[in-house]
Amino acid sequence: MLATLEENQTARMSQVRPVVACLDCVTKSYGTVTALREVNFRLEGGELVAVLGPNGAGKTTMIRILLGLAHATSGRARLFGSDPENRAARKRVGAMLQVGKVPETLLVREHIDLFSSYYPHPLPMAETMAIAGVTDIANKKFGDLSGGQRQRVLFALAICGDPDLLFLDEPTVGLDVEARRMLWAEIRKMISRGKTVLLTTHYLEEADALADRVVVINRGSVIAEGAPAEIKRQTAGRRIRCVTSLDLATVRRFAGVVDVRQDRAALEIRATEAEPVIRELLARDERLSGLEVSSAGLEDAFLALTRGDDNVNNHSEVA
Amino acid sequence: MGTIATPLMNSAVRRPMAGTLAIYLKEAKYEFLKLLRIPMYTASVLLFPLMFYILFGLAFGKQQIDGVRQSAYLLATYGTFGVMGASLFGTGAAMAAERGLGWIQVKRASPMPPFAYFTAKIAVSIGFSAIVVLLLTLLGFLFGGVHMSPLAVIKLIGTLVAGCIPFCALGLVIGYFAGPNSAPATINLIYLPMSFCSGLWIPYLFLPKFVQQIAQAMPSYHLSQLALGVVGAGRHESSLWHWGVMLAFTLLCLAAARIGFRRDEGKLYG
Repeated sequence: MLATLEENQTARMSQVRPVVACLDCVTKSYGTVTALREVNFRLEGGELVAVLGPNGAGKTTMIRILLGLAHATSGRARLFGSDPENRAARKRVGAMLQVGKVPETLLVREHIDLFSSYYPHPLPMAETMAIAGVTDIANKKFGDLSGGQRQRVLFALAICGDPDLLFLDEPTVGLDVEARRMLWAEIRKMISRGKTVLLTTHYLEEADALADRVVVINRGSVIAEGAPAEIKRQTAGRRIRCVTSLDLATVRRFAGVVDVRQDRAALEIRATEAEPVIRELLARDERLSGLEVSSAGLEDAFLALTRGDDNVNNHSEVA
Repeated sequence: MGTIATPLMNSAVRRPMAGTLAIYLKEAKYEFLKLLRIPMYTASVLLFPLMFYILFGLAFGKQQIDGVRQSAYLLATYGTFGVMGASLFGTGAAMAAERGLGWIQVKRASPMPPFAYFTAKIAVSIGFSAIVVLLLTLLGFLFGGVHMSPLAVIKLIGTLVAGCIPFCALGLVIGYFAGPNSAPATINLIYLPMSFCSGLWIPYLFLPKFVQQIAQAMPSYHLSQLALGVVGAGRHESSLWHWGVMLAFTLLCLAAARIGFRRDEGKLYG
């Protein structure tokens, strides 16, 4: 099967990697609700991309369209160069979706056995179970598992076919810290074996820890895209905290200030650069106290990016 | 335009027919195990028809209805009742639950051949139908004094099991239009009145006139008449007519299920 690539814009990368999945100007409406708005997205072979956004941002819709579970209202989705519903393409894909309930009376190994049979070259059962960490619960009924164990079984079903491309829709929801780290390690191993991974998350730490590239979406639109470090650079770089008599409105007008929030007695300021803002603060308020400066995490970047929730047009300013 | 060939391509090699068949069989096997391990399913599908048959068919078996022993008459009608239950619950309730709770999405996203899912549901409905009918026949022969030629037994079982198809089709409709939790109740609301109106509990000839008229539109009436014909009772109408009505009912249900199938796309978002 051959994948074709229109407008090879990605050639700017040092090495051209195949586009394994893409969305071309995809809009998806459900009645009057627009879940995705003219989204362009490209996933290259060997990449680990995190789609980041609050609940209802359109992350799951994106995955559903790429998997052929939903059709774009306009625009086009491609999976390995063909229609996402093409079975040849699907044989190269594994997906871990958010699911309410799984048939509870089948054993873990029976679920894995069934899903393995769908693929032309599945991993040996023992290997699938070892990777997903379900070996010790292989003979348990799905209904008897804890939340974390269930997530691991769903992960096993996603990887059992040894897919080239893995979709993970909020894979670590409900996992404890240890289980989450374990899953991250396995996801990294997939990448080191040349696989491609698309994951959605609202754990910002997760995107930061795993992804080569982060796509931030909110209210159905891509509002920022780049390496985690780039995303941070695009928005407020530093966080300043202090107790001051200056009011919010005054501080907000300082050059370089992106956002100001009242946090109990203190003000929390996000700014592109800390020094000019601090100079200004100290000049205007001699009794300023409790000064702290830290670098903004991805969390702050994310908050800054999605801040314009009430006004969609704001996005063009920050993205 | 650039053309990309990756070493990953060989994994998309076409699967031989044998592989596809293996998927269908495995899907059906696990569907069967899944239902067998749900006590609610096995109780409603296997135990109710058997219990009713023991209470009404065997306890009063010596009486005559419509020219045959009551135990033979009720073997045909409870056989129909059993087939209906197995098919409606096996197809409809299972599908509604999996659709409503997102599991069907996981299956659809996988490379599973789409028809394997439906085929498994129908195969399992046929399997449970056959089990119910076999057990009822066994009870009838051992304790009900039912006598039939081996050929008639085969014909009875064959007719009843083939008759599960319209109910599987109705099950698909329920699977697509009922909620995951309301599906069993919906099925009971359709299945129990339908059984009554078709004369599966009280023989057709004892039903009020207007109920007899309603029965003409029920696939369960037509199936039970075919089964009754085999045991030497019933109204001896044309078999072709009975099969024709059941076929029409099946096609109608499949058309409705198709609407549900298409509507299903684009339901969830987030």
